[in-house]
Amino acid sequence: MPGAGKYSKATGELAVGAGSKRKEGVEGPEARFGGRLTRAGVGALPQRLDELGPISLLDLSNITRIDTVGAWIVTRTMHRHDAKVVGASQDAQRLLDALANDTSEYRIHGDRRPAWVRMLEQLGTASVGIWNELLGIIGFFGAMVVALFNQIRARRAIRWNAIVTRFQTVGVDALPIIGLMSFLIGIVIAQQGSVQLKQFGLEVFTINLVGRASIRELGLLMTAIMVAGRSGSAFAAQIGTMKLTEEVDAMRTIGVSPMEAIVLPRVAASTITMPLLGFYASICAIIGGGIFCWVGLEIPPLTYVQRIREIIPMTDFWIMLIKAPVFGILIGVTGCYEGMQVRQNAEQVGKRTTSAVVAAIFLVIVLDAFFAVFFTSLGWN
Amino acid sequence: MAELIEPEKFDIAIKVRGLCNQFGDAVIHEDLDLDVRSGEILGVVGGSGTGKSVLMRSIIGLQIPTAGEVEVYGKTLDTIVDEEESRDLRRRWGVMFQGGALFSTLTVAENIQVPLREFYPRMDSELLDEIAAYKVAMVGLPNDAGPKYPAELSGGMVKRAGLARALALDPALLFLDEPTAGLDPIGAAKFDELIRELADTMGLTVFLITHDLDSLYATCDRVAVLAEKKVIAVGTIPELLATEHPWIQEYFNGPRGRAASGSNDALTRADRKS
Repeated sequence: MPGAGKYSKATGELAVGAGSKRKEGVEGPEARFGGRLTRAGVGALPQRLDELGPISLLDLSNITRIDTVGAWIVTRTMHRHDAKVVGASQDAQRLLDALANDTSEYRIHGDRRPAWVRMLEQLGTASVGIWNELLGIIGFFGAMVVALFNQIRARRAIRWNAIVTRFQTVGVDALPIIGLMSFLIGIVIAQQGSVQLKQFGLEVFTINLVGRASIRELGLLMTAIMVAGRSGSAFAAQIGTMKLTEEVDAMRTIGVSPMEAIVLPRVAASTITMPLLGFYASICAIIGGGIFCWVGLEIPPLTYVQRIREIIPMTDFWIMLIKAPVFGILIGVTGCYEGMQVRQNAEQVGKRTTSAVVAAIFLVIVLDAFFAVFFTSLGWN
Repeated sequence: MAELIEPEKFDIAIKVRGLCNQFGDAVIHEDLDLDVRSGEILGVVGGSGTGKSVLMRSIIGLQIPTAGEVEVYGKTLDTIVDEEESRDLRRRWGVMFQGGALFSTLTVAENIQVPLREFYPRMDSELLDEIAAYKVAMVGLPNDAGPKYPAELSGGMVKRAGLARALALDPALLFLDEPTAGLDPIGAAKFDELIRELADTMGLTVFLITHDLDSLYATCDRVAVLAEKKVIAVGTIPELLATEHPWIQEYFNGPRGRAASGSNDALTRADRKS
């Protein structure tokens, strides 16, 4: 039991650790150490030495072992109390000399400032960080457009292979999860909507609710969130890892532009798949709503489809098709930008991946709000 | 159409003048000058953090210097506007990164073919495969290494594969960033030998960053020492030993330096006997 000692004022005896081996006696201004003066036996020794008051002599003649921690405690006490060390063995003396020769001060911790200052500082840094990130994403988008024009102007082949591979991972592989999610959301909207509308005896308007909400907003929005989580994060993590292993640098030295080889195919894939996925999700949601209407509200499927065709204006469909590629570009660009920002260590890959998802979802929702206001003022109700 | 570079016409392959590099407050290089002669193996040494890798990155255009000029075969990368011209320059060098930097989604053979496909899109795939096989053999990789992915290779094989890719375009200039770091002594010695051999047969100019004293003795014609934000000395190892700079003395005459020079003397003597 290292450090489980007790102190008795009457004798001035101080026992360190259990058993007689680790013992240390103090008489007046002298401190005698005994037993093993090692990190395992230290325990509360520093505090107890401080409690003893001024010490003028440190006797090491009875110790059986000493390590760097023990030597440091001796040196520290020596400096604090201006005490002398006696009885050090050859080994102990070597350790002590190594410490005594070095009088320079080392910084171990960074600046410690009051909590409120740090809080303010963090708030400020975070705000500037978000602003810079936004500028960075816009700048990256610009660089990507320039790279696209250069590629077209130089008539370099578009990397279809890379794009098609991304189609698979961004689009096809996402079909089951997006289908299921939208289907369930369709059911939830129909079910919750019908409960409210029943109060007015207007259950049949559940169809309007499901149809318009899915095509115009929810189908695409949920898809965008899912794609940001699935693919935006994957883009950031893949590119980030490539940055760490210097693959991106290697590409540059070979003369392959990373923008053309890595970024453009990914952004192209997410831009093209987004409208397809959004439409697919809307249809799944409408099917989900339809099944609820059939089972829960006893509206036959044929009537349901008939009503859907009547109440969804073509403009809703166009709105979705206009928004979808924009969201796709946004998710692709954010993911690739964050991936390209990875520097130095693996922790950054995690951080950047997280911020790719968060930034993409946030920007998608903000843009969606703008679109909603914009299209409404166009008169596309 | 810009004129193509002819590396044979240049005595000095790389010319660095007044190079300054700065990251925030930290000054890495200040007014750094360096010449790399055509056909030599130049070792670049220096303590950790003296900016050896940054110097290499400045030369190959991955790092835009704060000030100063870098000329490779008479061309400065950041003043080249014409894309053809910059591609022509890039084709003249091969770079092997510290961790190999192989493209992890491609096999070894595909990795070697990347530069070829980029610069010669019309080359047919049969020829590409044959060239890849030739390069695999050239760097001493086993016969079955071609279809393997980088994750399946050992550390030494990754380095050899990285070297094969760097040599894919038959460059005149080869940049090696710590090629023997992390290799066992036998593997490292073999790698040194390989570099020396390739440099002699292909007439390469090699810019070799290393911490490995054995590598320096075994391969380099000249050594450049980076310290105090500059190249403080360039020369053959005996020339450097004659200088009085404390860092150079400590580097070459420290316990490891002496061991390396001693074993190398033994090595060359043994070579002469055989």
